[in-house]
Amino acid sequence: MSAVAPPIPVSVIGGYLGAGKTTLVNHLLRHAEGRRLAVLVNDFGELPIDDALIEARDGNLLRLAGGCVCCSFGSDLLGALQQLGTMRPPPDQVLLECSGVARPGAVARTLTLLPALQRDAVLVLADAETLRERAADRYVGELVQQQLAEADLIVLNKCDRIAAHGLQALQGWLTGVAPQARVLPCTQGRLAPELLLGLGSVPRAAGLAPAHDAARQFASVSVAFDHAVDAARLAEALADPALGLLRAKGLLRDALRGWCVLQQVGARGRIDALPGTAPAQPRLVGIGLRGQLDEDALRRALAASRA
Amino acid sequence: MSPITIFQARRILTMAPSRPLATHVAVRDGRILGVGALDELTGWGPYRLETRLADKVLMPGLVEGHSHLMEGAFWRFVYCGCFDRRDPNGRTWPGAKTLDDVLARLREAQARLADPAQPLAGWGFDPIYFDNRRCVREDLDRVSPTRPVGMIHASGHIINCNSAALAAAGWLRSGIDHPGVPLGADGLPTGELKGPEAMMAVAGVLGLDRAVLAGDEAGLRLFSRLCVRAGVTTATDLASPLPDEALPMLLRTTAEDGFPTRVVPLLRLMGAPEPTILRAAALQGQSSDRLRLGRVKIVADGSIQGFSARLRWPGYYNGAPNGLWYIAPEQLQQALTLALQHGVQVHVHTNGDEATDAVLDGLERALEQHPRPDHRFTLQHCQLADAAQFRRMKALGLCVNLFANHHFYWGDEHYRLTVGPERATRMNACATALATGVPLAIHSDAPITPLAPLFTAWCAVHRLTASGRTLGEHERIGVADALRAITLGAAWTLKLDGEIGSIECGKRADFCVLDDDPLAVPAMQLKDLPVWGVVQDGRIFAASELPTD
Repeated sequence: MSAVAPPIPVSVIGGYLGAGKTTLVNHLLRHAEGRRLAVLVNDFGELPIDDALIEARDGNLLRLAGGCVCCSFGSDLLGALQQLGTMRPPPDQVLLECSGVARPGAVARTLTLLPALQRDAVLVLADAETLRERAADRYVGELVQQQLAEADLIVLNKCDRIAAHGLQALQGWLTGVAPQARVLPCTQGRLAPELLLGLGSVPRAAGLAPAHDAARQFASVSVAFDHAVDAARLAEALADPALGLLRAKGLLRDALRGWCVLQQVGARGRIDALPGTAPAQPRLVGIGLRGQLDEDALRRALAASRA
Repeated sequence: MSPITIFQARRILTMAPSRPLATHVAVRDGRILGVGALDELTGWGPYRLETRLADKVLMPGLVEGHSHLMEGAFWRFVYCGCFDRRDPNGRTWPGAKTLDDVLARLREAQARLADPAQPLAGWGFDPIYFDNRRCVREDLDRVSPTRPVGMIHASGHIINCNSAALAAAGWLRSGIDHPGVPLGADGLPTGELKGPEAMMAVAGVLGLDRAVLAGDEAGLRLFSRLCVRAGVTTATDLASPLPDEALPMLLRTTAEDGFPTRVVPLLRLMGAPEPTILRAAALQGQSSDRLRLGRVKIVADGSIQGFSARLRWPGYYNGAPNGLWYIAPEQLQQALTLALQHGVQVHVHTNGDEATDAVLDGLERALEQHPRPDHRFTLQHCQLADAAQFRRMKALGLCVNLFANHHFYWGDEHYRLTVGPERATRMNACATALATGVPLAIHSDAPITPLAPLFTAWCAVHRLTASGRTLGEHERIGVADALRAITLGAAWTLKLDGEIGSIECGKRADFCVLDDDPLAVPAMQLKDLPVWGVVQDGRIFAASELPTD
């Protein structure tokens, strides 16, 4: 057994000013449900964290309810990340909130400099109401579009402020600007953490079903099967936008590697060996937007990856 | 009553319109009682005639409107630049013309290190002049295979290091995927590290960490010696995080009787504007005579030679994609509005013309919300501005501090590669600024280029590049205008022109002491004019008598 701790997954949260990054972070903190989250923010300038969550303040570190922490990194992102890598006990997950002008893809690549951390999905927030206007802005339009093009998952926020047909048009436009990304419409960042987090290799007991789907926005599918698969081929197939998958998790028997876990957030997939005892049966769980998730296509992809 | 000293000089260039030339200046309590002929000054009462400077030419103490205190700290490391450069001790280090020269110099410095584990760091490296022969870690492994060795480039944006330095940072491994860390055929980093994130860890290993250098007392003293040798009596630190723990050191050191420089640190604004603007407003009350606090610097974009500046159409000459915003234009506007509201002066770094437009637009809207007469917000570098932008600066009350030195060191690159011939010709358009009536300063950005305002003036007067090309002959300015830009012009951009920048009754007794008259020597010799030293707050500092180590 290696004594080296497993790398800590880092979700990169990008998007232009006012898109709702901080709102989403607060939402995730309020619904951490036992996860020990470490949040990194550019600065504490505009009180990024709900007062109710703060237990203690210690220089550039806020101690939050439930063992979570929040640090500001200012001009030294790498130093702050390094510090998190040495935290004992280590956090379960890092949420890295980028500045509004940062390129989230570049920030995600910075993570490869630190072996103690591993890249989770790049989440890019967008304000549904003002996105098209921002994307046409003389100064930052190009940047806003680049940010979207670097997303694994676009959290399309403030959807309550636009009409249904407007939302549809916007999603169509996003397909052109960011063909690689899955789009998650929402309001005030209210999304189940399971949808956004967790390329980490250790599967959680909780399933994939979003805990708070009052609007019945999501559909999920769970497929049990017997055969061994080529996990890499399956991951590639699941990345196809036609499946309408936002998030998938599979407990698989790979023909070469044996039991493993497949984690998929948007276009980004990850395969890790499965620790502990083998499950009774291979299973693949997928989730997508109601009306967009194509169960048949998912089953076909699974069949095609039979080893 | 404090004693009066009357300084006798061969000639005094006062830069004061009502009496441009004089021979004597009377000083009491570090301030100027009067300037003129001796018999016009004796009426103030008993005096001591100071004749040490009787054969010298005095002009107002030079004002460096854009430098970094870090230049002082850098001299503790090995100078690896391509051009001759004088250190705080007055020793001139010849330029290292080839990579082998650089390596030899590092080896020579290494021979003086007793501890085999002590890192060896250099600065000022500029391989542009080595036909872009790239330095890789194997080159620096020839200096030492075991000791961390590295050097930071002249631009400040790249570090080259050896294998031991990479290993100490934990980066001598495969699996790195970062645009700032190029990999060799073996999948390992080549030792070239580009951009703040890529540089940070190795900078820490080498002792080149910016935040550490910012609070460095020894570096501050070395910086002040460079100022004396350059005739500078007031210099900016543009900008500093000004950590609370550094403030007492800065106040104490600058207040020492033997400290020869007035320091103006600008507080760097990053992220949310309000806390920084409010902190700057609060700092104003803590200023002393030789430490002037309460101004803010904002960085809007990157650099042109690094292709990180924001350019308007048609963009970079070589087709490189547009650069980076270092602050969102909305936040910039918010910062400017808050600063106007709280009476905090702001200097904004812009290099590309699109970044300059963002400041012009932002300030226009900010002024609609919070009109403030005579705000003197200043564009720093502002290298690529065109004539229409200078007209808007004038209309909005902006000042400009142009990077005249840059033209000499990188003008050929701009002509050939970054912006092409026409726009390279208009870069740092000093003549347009003057013709438009925009208050003008010029600067070194030391340590990016040497702290030497007379050289900076020479650059603005001749616009010669390193290869000898006159780049933009119509943007050249006269010697008198250039001398004004490095005195009263820079003082104006700091709102200190009522105190410094000319030799007049009531102002600080700050003089640059020269062996000859800069208006009388051939203009081509301006950069070589020997500086004898300075008088600062009435105290004489001869360059030849500075402490050395």
